[in-house]
Amino acid sequence: MTGEELKAETSEGPQELRDREETSPAQLAIEQGSRLRLAEGLVLDRGDIDVEFGSDETMIINMGPQHPSTHGVLRIMLELEGETVLRSKPVIGYLHTGMEKTGEQLTYVQGATNLTRMDYLSPLHNELVFSLAVEALLGVEMPPRATWIRMLMTELNRIASHVMWMATNGMDLASTSMMIYGFREREMILSFFEKTTGLRMNHDYIRPGGVAADLPDGWEDDVMAIVETIPGRTDEYDGMLTGQPIFKQRTEGVGLISPELAIAMSATGPILRASGVAWDLRRAMPYLAYDEVDFDVIVGAVGDTYDRYAVRLNEIRESCKIVRQCVEMMPPGDYRAQDKKVTPPPRARINESMEALIHHFKIFTRGFEVPPGEVYTAIESPRGELGCYLVADGSNKPYRMHIRAPSFVNLQTLPLLLRGGLIADAVAVISSVDPVMGEVDR
Amino acid sequence: MGRTAVGSGSSGDAPLMAAEVASAAELAGANVLASTSARGQEVLHVTRERYLEVAGALRDSGFEMCADLCAVDYLRHLHRPLPDEVTPERFEIVVNLLSIERRQRVRLRVQVPDTDPVVPTLFNLYPGTENMEREAFDLYGVRFEGHPDQTRILMPEDWEGHPLRKDYSVGRVPVQFKEAPGPR
Amino acid sequence: MSGRRATRPRKAGSPIVGLEDLSHNFLTGSLEELVKWARRSSVWPATFGLACCAIEMMATGAADFDLARFGMEVFRGSPRQADLMVVAGRVSQKMAPVLRQVYDQMVEPKWVISMGVCASTGGMFNNYAIVQGVDQIVPVDVYAPGCPPNPQTLIHAILTLHEKIRLGELTKRRPGTTGAGIDLAAEPVPAGWVAPPSGAVRLGTPR
Repeated sequence: MTGEELKAETSEGPQELRDREETSPAQLAIEQGSRLRLAEGLVLDRGDIDVEFGSDETMIINMGPQHPSTHGVLRIMLELEGETVLRSKPVIGYLHTGMEKTGEQLTYVQGATNLTRMDYLSPLHNELVFSLAVEALLGVEMPPRATWIRMLMTELNRIASHVMWMATNGMDLASTSMMIYGFREREMILSFFEKTTGLRMNHDYIRPGGVAADLPDGWEDDVMAIVETIPGRTDEYDGMLTGQPIFKQRTEGVGLISPELAIAMSATGPILRASGVAWDLRRAMPYLAYDEVDFDVIVGAVGDTYDRYAVRLNEIRESCKIVRQCVEMMPPGDYRAQDKKVTPPPRARINESMEALIHHFKIFTRGFEVPPGEVYTAIESPRGELGCYLVADGSNKPYRMHIRAPSFVNLQTLPLLLRGGLIADAVAVISSVDPVMGEVDR
Repeated sequence: MGRTAVGSGSSGDAPLMAAEVASAAELAGANVLASTSARGQEVLHVTRERYLEVAGALRDSGFEMCADLCAVDYLRHLHRPLPDEVTPERFEIVVNLLSIERRQRVRLRVQVPDTDPVVPTLFNLYPGTENMEREAFDLYGVRFEGHPDQTRILMPEDWEGHPLRKDYSVGRVPVQFKEAPGPR
Repeated sequence: MSGRRATRPRKAGSPIVGLEDLSHNFLTGSLEELVKWARRSSVWPATFGLACCAIEMMATGAADFDLARFGMEVFRGSPRQADLMVVAGRVSQKMAPVLRQVYDQMVEPKWVISMGVCASTGGMFNNYAIVQGVDQIVPVDVYAPGCPPNPQTLIHAILTLHEKIRLGELTKRRPGTTGAGIDLAAEPVPAGWVAPPSGAVRLGTPR
């Protein structure tokens, strides 16, 4: 195949970054990271946009979708002058799975299996947002133990996700040892998950109605072992990276975003908090039992890559605090709502009671019906505000399930963050935005 | 702004809301068709013509972030229950706005007909809707007038059709299970 | 070496040795066995992690389930330097031409492990967006089921691949077509390596 044929096969036409002559002024402004009001953009003359270099002095290159450091199948097209990034455009959709369409074909009981594979670094958060949305429509009350188990598991998942982020971030900044160290802690948490839910990833544990199974015996010791070890290791990583001159030079001042721009671009999560806005849904609009635990919301000062790293590092510590409180304050009781229409009966009862058998059969084949309505539920996932807009029409399947994925929205900040930096900074910035392509593309 | 009950019929009045914090309906002013509450969340129904005005008024009164924008295809529920003033159409654009200071959310619902699926873009007010509107266009075919880059975002460029519409099939491939070999 | 006489005085550590000093320092074997041993002991994977399976692949490469003991910890960024493509994750319609391109850019001999059910058959996503099995695009050597497969499952798949390499034949060409109708006879047939003649086999626990 010639180069032209190769390019034609994988080219995505107008979704890509094109030469300046072929791009409208408004679009040029976006790719350069300026956030003009569109009306002003329309009357911009092409001559007004600062064209430092003629088109023949710049080069448009492609980064991804298969690339060692784009965190999955993210394709970024960059216009470079030398090594400086002038314009950039992310092209996404390489992992589009049709989850929202599949969600309309699956019952509410099966819905969590579909969604858990969306943000694959924190699968329990996906399940949680879906379950909370369904429960809001159903009007079911959660028993306290179910709530606290959910909180424990999602906070452990947050620790695992942030540790994984530190590992891949370290690797992107060429600290391979950070990659190897980071997976140590993750393995500890994943083996606890395997013990509780049966799987290391993509658990389908948090379901509408509660959780799938109770915590195993001896879980307090396992969890305390985790929260005793992780803060110490986090301090090690802190010492290894935070003061290190090369790390600081690569991350300080790189990828700056101001709070106003972050809010305007709907960025949430560590990006927003690193710019100085203390917005954390666990504190501002508490769900589960977050108003009963004590933790701090970590806020950065400047909004650069270094601050985002610091925010995530300290969020690991805060999550360890929350997990500790979950262990101390875990209430006894049921791990799922005792509503016969929603949660299946315990397996032992199926042999004794015909009614239990019928309920079990009906729940696992047809599922349960949810009264008509719509709801938008949002939680704080490790990447930002994860929301689920659910429209139910009274049947056993969702009519419309839309997920507001934080990484999908945070990616819009990329042209702004990449502008003016070097390619090496591009790697650091993309890593600090922490996109998980599963939730970007769904 | 006069206080009238819901269902009064005239499209210019904002209905009564009893809340300590100023409700979004009052803040939005006179352009709201109807205001309902869904599971404790405030929902405003607006027409396409007043959509930008309402969004602008809400933004100026403190809803600085657009949390989510999505489209819904109500092909199978064209006669769904809605407040009287609102005429149901096939598509709906649902916008969730967020006010960080007041910790408040509000939802806007705009009806979009099948024959003319065009809505003004919110990009000027909320640059964060860039990707969201592209997704709604890609998966539903609803066009956003004035959006700087109205191209597909998730599907390949040469894809035909809008996959999330209700008349677009899931695309299941029938799975053929071969006979399993006998016990070893 | 056979003509050298042992009369020259030898300094310790000097490279010139007499034939009798070479006792037990020879390695003999057929060329094929040596080449296959070398090939299966250093299969370098290309980074092709797509979704959740990629995380398990990274975990397999990390310290708890070390891949370095098989000589495989170097995940090459460039497909030109890689031997193995582990398709880890669901392949969407948009990604399919990219996958084929990366596969074509790899140099022979090359192998493909389809990791996870989404890569093997489309997995739980039987819809418009996902290619139902990556063997519609590239010829696959080993399928590893699981959603996602445990790192142990992936290592089992890798060891199965090593067995396959050990049992294959260097100089024969590939058979005509692969599982999903890719007619390799119509394309330039790669010289170098062929699978054992019986198609998909269960090789049992690798030794």
